[in-house]
Amino acid sequence: MPLIMGMSVLLGCQFIGELLVRALSVPVPGPVMGMVVLLIGLMIRGRVPDALRLAGEGLLRYLTLLFVPAGVGIMVHFGLIGADIWVLLVTLVVSTALTIAVTAKVLDSLARRRSGGEEA
Amino acid sequence: MSLASLDQLWVYLSGNPLVSLLATLIAFYLATHVNRLLGRSPFAHPVLVAIALLIAFLLFTGIDYATYFEGAQFIHFLLGPATVALAIPLFDHRERVRRLLLPLLIACLSGIITAVSSTLGLALLLGAQKPVLLSLAPRSVTSPIAMGIAEQIGGIPSLAAALVLLTGSVGCALGPWILRLLRIEDPSVKGFTMGLAAHGFGTAHCFASMGAMAGAFAGLAMGLTGMLTAFILPLIVQLFGL
Repeated sequence: MPLIMGMSVLLGCQFIGELLVRALSVPVPGPVMGMVVLLIGLMIRGRVPDALRLAGEGLLRYLTLLFVPAGVGIMVHFGLIGADIWVLLVTLVVSTALTIAVTAKVLDSLARRRSGGEEA
Repeated sequence: MSLASLDQLWVYLSGNPLVSLLATLIAFYLATHVNRLLGRSPFAHPVLVAIALLIAFLLFTGIDYATYFEGAQFIHFLLGPATVALAIPLFDHRERVRRLLLPLLIACLSGIITAVSSTLGLALLLGAQKPVLLSLAPRSVTSPIAMGIAEQIGGIPSLAAALVLLTGSVGCALGPWILRLLRIEDPSVKGFTMGLAAHGFGTAHCFASMGAMAGAFAGLAMGLTGMLTAFILPLIVQLFGL
């Protein structure tokens, strides 16, 4: 039964998330709002129930598999992608590399300053 | 059994969710083995190999994507509860998140601005078609959010989803290498960066190869980037005069 309990909590939070997104008309997907709902719930409760951990960590372990069906959808856009393939490749590679470098550098220096200040 | 009845059996089966589900699981299983054989190279990421195998299978058997997705949507659906479940590792590392809240927000904003303006700038410079350009803009955001943003600014939602996936694989391939080059060792910084630049792919990659702490921060970055981009991106697109 724990798996069923855990799954129900996850789906319940997603449901509340969907309701909130529609009620407040914010441009955020329901599951992301559901994550916020669950986080608040866990903060109030103070610990993660075993049943929830079982279901949640089971799903997260196979997160990569869950992207496959949407990824296959790329085959529908071979035409559009093919026409601009070099533009896309250069843009994706250069811009992703820049994003990673900037984010990592900014966060690393800010985090180091902060933890350095506390530990020193 | 005659050839004609075999043919009928196939017509029946190929429209059945069973075939797409089974094919997806087998493709993923094979892809994990291929990845291991190639020394876990990020260029042969299990997701990429599985997608390639499935596209080859669909083209070979003549099943179209809509029919395939009718079955595979049962796997796709689990993305929802999995996203909700990201709250668990976040809760486990709440102390660290609280301590780093301001740096995380600043890093997130600078990451988003870099991602969107370098994408639009480069693609404009290289002369991409406008619908491609506008679908490319939200590429570092998790696909459900990216599709919503693309629609809002005049791109093509499903093309946006495809570009999001390409970004995810590029990020997983480049990320560990760039992080090593910059000598970043803190798992929370690594995770946050991967989640911001490569959304769910980066998050899954972190859980699989950098540990739960990196995974939790990647999940946090993915959620935060998604929400903030939804608000910031339309403004940047206006700035570029699109």
